[in-house]
Amino acid sequence: MSVPHNDSPPALVVDNLRKVYRNGVEALKGVSLTVQQGDFFALLGPNGAGKSTLIGILSSLVNASSGDALVFGRSVMRERSAAMQLIGLVPQEINFNQFEKPFDICVNEAGFYGIPRKLAAERAEKYLKELRLWDKAFHQAREMSGGMKRRLMIARAMMNEPRLLILDEPTAGVDIEIRRSMWHFVSAINAAGTTVILTTHYLEEAESLCRNIAIIDHGTIIENTSMKRLLATLDVETFVLDLAEPAAGELPSVAGIALRRVDERTLEAEMARKQDLNTLFGALTGHGITVHSMRTKTNRLEELFVRLVEGKREKAA
Amino acid sequence: MSSTSPNLVALYTVARRELVRIMRIWTQTLIPPVITMTLYFIIFGKLIGSRIGKIDGVPYMQYIVPGLVMMSIINNSYMNISSSFYGAKFQRSVEEMLVAPMSNWAILSGYVIGAVLRGLVVGLLVLLVALFFTSLQVAHPLVALAAVLLGAVIFALAGFINAVFASKFDDIALVPTFVITPLTYLGGVFYSINMLGEPWRAISHANPILYMVNAFRHGILGISDVSVGGAFVVMLVFIAGLTMAALYLLRRGVGLRS
Repeated sequence: MSVPHNDSPPALVVDNLRKVYRNGVEALKGVSLTVQQGDFFALLGPNGAGKSTLIGILSSLVNASSGDALVFGRSVMRERSAAMQLIGLVPQEINFNQFEKPFDICVNEAGFYGIPRKLAAERAEKYLKELRLWDKAFHQAREMSGGMKRRLMIARAMMNEPRLLILDEPTAGVDIEIRRSMWHFVSAINAAGTTVILTTHYLEEAESLCRNIAIIDHGTIIENTSMKRLLATLDVETFVLDLAEPAAGELPSVAGIALRRVDERTLEAEMARKQDLNTLFGALTGHGITVHSMRTKTNRLEELFVRLVEGKREKAA
Repeated sequence: MSSTSPNLVALYTVARRELVRIMRIWTQTLIPPVITMTLYFIIFGKLIGSRIGKIDGVPYMQYIVPGLVMMSIINNSYMNISSSFYGAKFQRSVEEMLVAPMSNWAILSGYVIGAVLRGLVVGLLVLLVALFFTSLQVAHPLVALAAVLLGAVIFALAGFINAVFASKFDDIALVPTFVITPLTYLGGVFYSINMLGEPWRAISHANPILYMVNAFRHGILGISDVSVGGAFVVMLVFIAGLTMAALYLLRRGVGLRS
């Protein structure tokens, strides 16, 4: 089951993948995409878009109806064992035996990949410590919190030290502190050379971590580009301005900027991205309004995501 | 990585995990069958058996020991694998193995080894309990050992197939209730089929448990209602058929992959 390293092929090539379930639902309608080695890749889409089916096929839990998927050049369909050796999967649902201990869960996982017990025990200790779970290593997994269980699934996925790590909503329901520690861990894994594919509903997570992105909806890829290029297509941005003093009078009128009052100490300014902020601040200062702080109203990727998905649905309608 | 085959490491991991599970819940896996069989020895062996006398020249108490030991082995092999594998499906922990590069035969063998071990441990405990009620001299130790091993493997494989098809916990109780228990009671555990008239004696030959019980009885007491060689052929045929069926189901991903 050991696979020689071949640096030339992409980490993942999905080629015209289709999946029709027995009940007739066509979950994937000819999906194709490529993830380069070392990438941190976001796979986004609304619920029921086909993300989990795609991940299911990549991890061999779902049989494709047609098409192929190559992991570092190894076909998931024709060379399943070799392809699976290269993948680590963190699934969306908790899927370990909750009556087992985290240490045993990790060591057994390594065993399923053919890793001898001594090496498996060393790796279990390493990853459970890195994910701050070592103090729970010898307690039953059911005693752990939701966040701990999610981190345990990451530790388990690292036991075969995969070249491609697939994270299916790894931070769902996890508080921000633990989420950030998980981001830190996964970023370090990616920096060390592991290709990462992330699906998430927290779009700020995808925006801050991922370099490339694909958006899937109704079983088709509706966008596949770099994060930078995608964000650059957003032409309008809304800022929330917190004022130092209440703004009682008329608001200034600035060409190209829609300025409105949210409350007496808060304004919203919607403006084109190419327009400079100095014009706005100049007008506000001229009216005796001092801005104390400023932030973007919505996450930029979230804005784009909604536009793309809704735009596609309007076209279909 | 050592030179040990990765699939052998995976097989060892599954079997070891099963053994740990059996020992972790030993009050559920090992003790209840021993209590049940003790009651059988008391009621059928001591109380009723003393009025029956001998069968095939053997006191009734001694006569039923091999059948009851085989019955406990069969039931426990079956229940161990069906509940454990279905439990893994239910909790989705089976996905740990399905996404790993391990072979289907390693998954199947690991679970079968776990089930056979539980069957043999329970069988040994029941045999020890039997020694409180009667004395035994093993007539053909190798035949006895081979019979319990093959019997345990057959029902482990059958339990695995049941778990693959099961979609709820009730499904893994159906076969033991409606198939295994009747076949066991009608498989010569408590009587010799030579006591039956036709066509019941002939019909009894279609019951696979008859061959397991009688092969083991031959190993322990040196008596059997069927040809021992024929019994082993029947058991080997069942093992081959069930193994092929189980591997086919795993390859197709029936009940496991979408």
